[in-house]
Amino acid sequence: MPHKTLSTALILAGSLAFSATSAFAADPAMLGNTCAGCHGTNGSSVGPATPSIAGVAKETLVEAMKAYKSGERPSTIMGRIAKGYTDEEFAAMGEFFAQQKLVTHKQEFDAAKSKAGAKLHDKYCEKCHEDGGRKDDDGSGILAGQWMPYLTYSFEDFTSGNREMPKKMKSKLDDLVKKEGAAGLDNVVHFYASQTGEK
Amino acid sequence: MSQITRRDFIKASVASAAAVSLAGAPHIARAAGGKVVVVGGGAGGAIVAKYIRMMDSSIEVTLIEKNPEYYTCFLSNEVLSGERTLDSLRFTYEGLKKHGINVVQAEATGIDADKKVVKTSAGDFPYDRAVVSPGVSMKWDSIEGYSEEVAEKNIPHAWKAGPQTALLRKQLEDMKDGGLVVIAAPADPFRCPPGPYERASQIALYLKHHKAKSKILILDAKEKFSKQGLFVQGWTNLYGYGTDNSMIEWHPASAEGKVKAVRPDSMTVISGELDTETKADVLNLIPAQQAGTIALVSNLADETGWCPVNKKTFESTLVAGVHVIGDASSAAKMPKSAYAANSQGKVCAAAIVAALQGKEMVTPAYVNTCYSILGEDYGISVAAVYRLSEDGSTIAEVEGSGGLTPMDATAEMHKREVQYAQSWFKNIAHDMFD
Repeated sequence: MPHKTLSTALILAGSLAFSATSAFAADPAMLGNTCAGCHGTNGSSVGPATPSIAGVAKETLVEAMKAYKSGERPSTIMGRIAKGYTDEEFAAMGEFFAQQKLVTHKQEFDAAKSKAGAKLHDKYCEKCHEDGGRKDDDGSGILAGQWMPYLTYSFEDFTSGNREMPKKMKSKLDDLVKKEGAAGLDNVVHFYASQTGEK
Repeated sequence: MSQITRRDFIKASVASAAAVSLAGAPHIARAAGGKVVVVGGGAGGAIVAKYIRMMDSSIEVTLIEKNPEYYTCFLSNEVLSGERTLDSLRFTYEGLKKHGINVVQAEATGIDADKKVVKTSAGDFPYDRAVVSPGVSMKWDSIEGYSEEVAEKNIPHAWKAGPQTALLRKQLEDMKDGGLVVIAAPADPFRCPPGPYERASQIALYLKHHKAKSKILILDAKEKFSKQGLFVQGWTNLYGYGTDNSMIEWHPASAEGKVKAVRPDSMTVISGELDTETKADVLNLIPAQQAGTIALVSNLADETGWCPVNKKTFESTLVAGVHVIGDASSAAKMPKSAYAANSQGKVCAAAIVAALQGKEMVTPAYVNTCYSILGEDYGISVAAVYRLSEDGSTIAEVEGSGGLTPMDATAEMHKREVQYAQSWFKNIAHDMFD
């Protein structure tokens, strides 16, 4: 193995110039690449249901994985997968996906519903899901361009009480459902689905 | 266009490595580049080729694939029910060419490991590292009277998607109502462990709506099978399993299930210790399997018929410099699935890039995710997260993780799993070919 001495020299030389990756540490790309089969290459899903996870804040991904692991957040398969990782590995994955640029894809949406949904978004959601749900600085996730079935499932889980919401979100969502009914949520889904590509 | 962003990022890091080398570490620049030849453009080969290029675009990658197009085996059971067209499983290699991969349509005929050359019908291709990802080949002698010719003519295995999938679908369409479909399921290990049972489910879905008096008989060389509890539960819910009117019947080896011989002219199979004869209207024989032919002729397989590998790098333990991934490899405890091949392709890519760059390889990470669609709005899954064992001998499941769809899953959960199965298909195919 002539590589061995070479690689040792490399790590020594490399550590002076740029941070060397320990052979035993969780590697962001190695871990992140295992997700691609369902969530798309580099975390941009081509649909029709699995959500994209590219571009979300590191904390968003870490918190989601922790909630799946503990069972706090309901899922079909993610709970089973999240149980395979440590917090350190969640952090590495979070680092990887935070660096990826989200690629969104056109979906079929109802223009009238989307228009109605845009108003509802502004009134009930924009305060936390800023910039039309495009921005994730604070763990709110990215909703713009997200796949419709996933958005619908998420609303179903929130409204049925299967998935806990932050206090503020609960009061806003309860209010929205009270005034607009389930159709209101559907409108919001169509709005986010319409928000593909660059703004 | 995140791929280009990533590639640019890697180019930048290669450039910075070169800059460092000017400052007194000349071996870094010397280690870059190199030639990799990948044999087989399927779930493993397409991924290892693409991800090597994504990780280091200074490495030349050639992909040798004998077919001009690829039909995914995954979700091909949906063609049998009519839920999906064969064409929806078809992918070309144009996307991989855009990654700078030299795609050569040729048949690999051998590997000269001393000279480091892959021999093909289109000439010799020298390599620094070779990757062999040929999938499986059929052990025709596991069923007396069966052969490639018979499979192509009237008794398809359809265990590689393509013309045989179309043939089996046509036979189901032509079958009279009240006909008998016999599926012979092979002994372990084989490609796609839940596949024969998903196939029975998808055929049942078609028959239920179009030929409700018909039956499916699974003759199995095994005593148990993948996701068995969930399949039995699903068949009970959807197809009357366990009742007199059950559309599906399953016979394990101990109940005359092991098919030993076939008489193609009379569409009859002979199974079990009592030589039970069963005459079928449609016959789907899935023979026992071994590593793909190129792996066998290149001495990459051992007496088991599969290829032993270093489980961290997927380098063959029999032939240095040649890596084997996917179904052909012995990668216990990962199953022979497309997702496993995808995951292995990425670990292998990291290992090869590290070796060519003269770096230490990062800690490998492996995942398997596998869906089966049993009927309308009825999906089930199995998932696993693995780590390399301390001694490197096993790709071991992380304790307490992974596993099956719970037996008490609601109808809504089964419905969502179908949507996620369809997403799995689209995303894994996109990961391979775009």
